[in-house]
Amino acid sequence: MADRIKLTKKDRFHVMWRTQFLQGSWNYERMQNGGWCYSLIPAIKKLYTKKDDQIAALKRHMEFYNTHPYVSSPVTGVVLALEEDRANGAPVTDVAIQGVKVGMMGPLAGVGDPVFWFTMRPILGALGASMAITGSIMGPIIFFVVWNIIRLAVLWYSQEFGYRAGSAITKDLSGGLLGKVTKGASILGMFILGALVNRWVNVKFTPVVSKTPLSKGAYIDWAHLPKGAQGIHDALTQQAGGLALDKVKTTTLQNNLDQLIPGLAALLLTFVCMWLLKKKISPIWIILGLFVVGVLFHVWGLM
Amino acid sequence: MSLNFIQIILVLIVSFLAGVEGVLDEWQFHQPLVACTLIGLVTGTLVPCIILGGQLQLIALGWANVGAAIAPDAALASVASAIILVLGGQGKAGISSAIALAIPLAVAGLLLTTFVRTIATAIVHLMDAAAAKGSFKGIDFWQWFAVCLQGVRIAIPAGLILAVGAGPVKSLLGMIPDWLNQGLTVGGGMVVAVGYAMVINMMATAEVWPFFALGFVVATIPNLTLIALGAIGVALALIYLTLQESSKSNAATGIANTGDPVGDIIDKY
Repeated sequence: MADRIKLTKKDRFHVMWRTQFLQGSWNYERMQNGGWCYSLIPAIKKLYTKKDDQIAALKRHMEFYNTHPYVSSPVTGVVLALEEDRANGAPVTDVAIQGVKVGMMGPLAGVGDPVFWFTMRPILGALGASMAITGSIMGPIIFFVVWNIIRLAVLWYSQEFGYRAGSAITKDLSGGLLGKVTKGASILGMFILGALVNRWVNVKFTPVVSKTPLSKGAYIDWAHLPKGAQGIHDALTQQAGGLALDKVKTTTLQNNLDQLIPGLAALLLTFVCMWLLKKKISPIWIILGLFVVGVLFHVWGLM
Repeated sequence: MSLNFIQIILVLIVSFLAGVEGVLDEWQFHQPLVACTLIGLVTGTLVPCIILGGQLQLIALGWANVGAAIAPDAALASVASAIILVLGGQGKAGISSAIALAIPLAVAGLLLTTFVRTIATAIVHLMDAAAAKGSFKGIDFWQWFAVCLQGVRIAIPAGLILAVGAGPVKSLLGMIPDWLNQGLTVGGGMVVAVGYAMVINMMATAEVWPFFALGFVVATIPNLTLIALGAIGVALALIYLTLQESSKSNAATGIANTGDPVGDIIDKY
């Protein structure tokens, strides 16, 4: 065993770097197979010196493969370990390697999608966007930097984990940890989604429900304010003291709704969208429909 | 506003990166927040483009490629609407119409990426042939070819808009009446809900709905920032998982029932 061929850390890093192009040749026939084969090339070059072995390795990694692009890394790690064993004479069959890939890609995609696409991106995206809409460059920078640090860390450490654990990891997959991560992510995700629906979906009804004249002393008496800056100062002081700006208190439909709970209309709108999506209506049609509704309601003075 | 030669090249490079990332989904150059900001950076209209990126990002939060399903294309939507915003020269005033334009562009981008992914089917057959010859270079080449196709998918439409130029874009935007513009802003405020609805449909189970309710109610406190809300969310998740773990081990030793039939079914599942 003295001359056992081993993949160095540099080889594994090289593979990890290439896995970033996993989806580059995504196709309807075998999905991520081209990118998968492409990413393993540094390892195949290192492990197999005979042309025939190289050809066989390339061919067996052109099989169907599809999972979430980040959590694919532990699979890469395991396959690297298996290929290393095989190159050193262990009886690892093509079927075993394909079996590991297919066996892991399903459950891992089930973790990657909710954790990254439905929890992390909405949260980081909303955080960045909330800063960006005030014109702050920090929004995009935070989103970009934090996302990529987390992403690269996941790619590298989970691939290393897979490589060290070898095929033992497949047993661990059905175990508790991944299930916990997924559930934790969906709890956090749903919590934040509730918050985002309240904060960022804007539905405002403008129709006036009532106009009640206020009693004297409940509003700022503009006619009797001192002139110039002193007047502005007084007005602001009075407003801070709770006085209304106008003689007539205008209550819009929105004010009434807000007394139930702010954001109620946004919540109902979200439920309607969920229902429409479940009815298999394309999101694009819903989006276009909402723009039409927005324009019509605005023209009619409802919003 | 017209762009000089170097700016046009830089815009095309940003477009190319956005297109590549639209399929790779790694560095996130296709996300509106990043793509619009970069367009703004290279054209010298940073602030309006950042704001556009932020608003588009809120709409696109739930757009994700899951399995073989492809989401509306954020790449073309962000790149093209940012270029239109820049060429229109209206600054912040042009943002709402740029957003309205982004949606049809997202559909066009979706069609384009579907088209390229179909071409990629032919490309993997060329990769098969390269593999059969043991040609590493061949596989590398076709992989890169496929990646570049996805980049060109965005760079060409971006180039077309640039070729049309500032004049026509400006007069087109000038034709949009005020009522339509304001109505589109109203619509834009609602459209955000669709993205959230998509995500909720993916994640919601009876078990996690209460957390949605908590998030919704807690968010009405204006003092809490998103980071504060995130901290509360993480804490809730940890507490829940810990309690569930301990109740499970109690049940295993026969001390107590979990009292959570739904959780039990999910655990067994």
